[in-house]
Amino acid sequence: MSFVRQITKFSQYAKIQSYFKNISAAPVFHVRSYGSVPADDPSTFPGAKAPFISKPEMIMPTDVAPIPIYRVMDSEGVIVDSTQDPQLGEGLVKKMFRDMVMLNTMDKILYESQRQGRISFYMTNFGEEASHIGSAAALEMRDLIYGQYREAGVLVWRGFTIEQFVDQCYGNDADIGRGKQMPVHYGSKELNFVTISSPLSTQMPQAVGAAYAFKRQQNNDRIVVCYFGEGAASEGDAHAAFNFAATLDCPVILFCRNNGFAISTPSTEQYKGDGIAGRGPAYGIATMRVDGTDVFAVYNAMKKAREYVLRENKPIIFEAMAYRVGHHSTSDDSTAYRSAEEIEVWNSKEHPISKLQKYMRTKGWFNEDEENAFVKDIRKQVLKQISVSEKKLKPNWREMFEGVYDEVPQHLKEQMQELEKHIAAHSDFYPLKHFKN
Amino acid sequence: MNRHTKSILISLLKHKQISVTRSHFTYYPDKNVPAVLLSEGVQKMNMFQAINNAMDKALEEDNTALLFGEDVGFGGVFRCSINLRDKFGKDRVFNTPLCEQGIAGFAIGVANAGATAIAEIQFADYIFPAFDQIVNEAAKYRYRSGGIFDCGSLTFRVPCGAVGHGALYHSQSPEAYFAHTPGLKVVVPRGPLKAKGLLLACIKDKNPCIVFEPKTLYRAAVEDVPTGSYISEIGKADILRKGNDITLIGWGTQVHVLLEVAEMAKQQLNVDCEVVDLVSILPWDRETIVNSVKKTGRVIISHEAPLTQGFGSEIAAQIQEKCFLYLEAPIQRITGWDTPFPHVFEPFYLPNKLRCLSAIKEIINY
Repeated sequence: MSFVRQITKFSQYAKIQSYFKNISAAPVFHVRSYGSVPADDPSTFPGAKAPFISKPEMIMPTDVAPIPIYRVMDSEGVIVDSTQDPQLGEGLVKKMFRDMVMLNTMDKILYESQRQGRISFYMTNFGEEASHIGSAAALEMRDLIYGQYREAGVLVWRGFTIEQFVDQCYGNDADIGRGKQMPVHYGSKELNFVTISSPLSTQMPQAVGAAYAFKRQQNNDRIVVCYFGEGAASEGDAHAAFNFAATLDCPVILFCRNNGFAISTPSTEQYKGDGIAGRGPAYGIATMRVDGTDVFAVYNAMKKAREYVLRENKPIIFEAMAYRVGHHSTSDDSTAYRSAEEIEVWNSKEHPISKLQKYMRTKGWFNEDEENAFVKDIRKQVLKQISVSEKKLKPNWREMFEGVYDEVPQHLKEQMQELEKHIAAHSDFYPLKHFKN
Repeated sequence: MNRHTKSILISLLKHKQISVTRSHFTYYPDKNVPAVLLSEGVQKMNMFQAINNAMDKALEEDNTALLFGEDVGFGGVFRCSINLRDKFGKDRVFNTPLCEQGIAGFAIGVANAGATAIAEIQFADYIFPAFDQIVNEAAKYRYRSGGIFDCGSLTFRVPCGAVGHGALYHSQSPEAYFAHTPGLKVVVPRGPLKAKGLLLACIKDKNPCIVFEPKTLYRAAVEDVPTGSYISEIGKADILRKGNDITLIGWGTQVHVLLEVAEMAKQQLNVDCEVVDLVSILPWDRETIVNSVKKTGRVIISHEAPLTQGFGSEIAAQIQEKCFLYLEAPIQRITGWDTPFPHVFEPFYLPNKLRCLSAIKEIINY
């Protein structure tokens, strides 16, 4: 028994070795040779194209090597393989850096403002800034984004303003979403960012449907990108999305942010296979796995993914590995289920912002004073916006009845009138002065 | 879902008479057809042909319109999409993998992108895996985004209702679950003419719609159907028979049970029943119902779905509120029992004409 195990381990080792030789190539799964039946005796079952074998074999999960993680920069911000340097100009790299810093800075302040009770809820993006910015930078503005809730960086890249972020969190009259959803449920028609909703994974088959509709448009040059966490990938809708995207040939990038945790549940309790990328081949979908703390790796891979998806009208499963540095949300204290030391590693050495900063230093593009001034300026802007946004009135309460349908139906008109009458009689009881009239 | 059960059911449906069961209703063809519609020409169609004809029109008029679901490609297990793939191509009429939450989510996405989605859920009994997508997503899309995104151009077609031998999972009438969901429109046609008009209305409507199609009518209901395009208004009830003594309210197949009951009441009891087809479950036509009850003072609401929290409860509560001083007797609900839908006991389960007639006797003598 132990002899067999050793053999298996050795062959696995060889396989992994061969991966490292081909690390820049797409992952190739090891094809097992069963050898007992000539290859010219194929089966004719409609359900699978496969040869017969004459001995029962169990395919073990360990027979397939893990999909390797593509990276461009190491922890010190050094480009590992110069052929993979995206050669981005100073301006673009600086925008990437500043957008990541801007997101990080805004997160810190809005997180604090929730702790002070000024907004009801918040979710930070700490540690995942590079997967947002790197992927967004590789896309075209016309590409349609479906997100989960931790992708605010995509909006930052596309030009969503501090004012728009903060107004949404306050649900005031300037909020595009008209104060109807919880904070961080952003959406923008202009920026092709579909409004976030709380139920996990529901956006996944939707993204696939939108991609199918795009594909049918003449000279289509748009793709759809759908972000989701590794926890959300356990939902039935994720399975639906993968399978529909594959069978219906949809130009969609299914972008998994694998940050190791779904609230308190570590990924080891979320799945037993090779992450989310490991599922790609089983659905017949091209797959990529990248270092999500490396903005250039995400950028390069997404460029390649976008080209493929648009050219072939086929989906890709894209897994960005990262670590959720912050708490799940303002309703969570993550030290209840993981150590502060572990978090600290990812918050410093392996942090996407510090990696890019090191890269910029070697290029001579990083100016400490300039960046400090930038952070200070962003802080000032966000703080100022908070004081402005919290003073803005909420929308007219009558809007509560609007948007349920394209037109307000009779029964809702009557319910609105009923409330109107009631409020008139009890106006002291309601926070009317905070709402537009 | 059980494919095996389904295929048996389908093969049974192809045979008109099944030894152990017989139809619990007599079909009453539509008589109140506006002359305008008839002038364009009519053709005898059963309900699946009328639905097929409606989808043919929709796909013809709107190049973005897509039709998809399980087994839709070869014509559908109830033949509703027959020949449409050949006519419009397999990128517009296609099979999906067997996954209702996927079908619903995919439909929402198609509609998000501005295209028209006609999605089929093979049986209403199997719509529950899609409940989250329909209730949390489709219904709330416009509202939660402040109107910047919506999925108004999607329609679900869903065969529903008793069929004689469908048992637990080929018989359900789940309209009440969806009636509790602001943002949806829910309709139930009573026959071919209405089915075509309602389906075309739902496809054009700017809100997500569900058309529950009583599957027992697919072949049993035959009438003259206008060949042109027309719309049957959503949210509007139809008075099918005028009367002054009792208002009978139903929808789908049950309308035909009630029409027969009205005949029996006239002949046996000399009671004049007004029969109203509610047509639209959400939003529903309170005005027509209230006016009828104010005239008759007595009401029976009848549906196949179970009693408790069935849509009859909502109608009864509203009637009580709006017509309190006009009611001469308690509102009666004659419905399926509060059990799962049974197989061999179906004849004892359904709110059949005799149960409805007994209710009339009770209500008249109250």
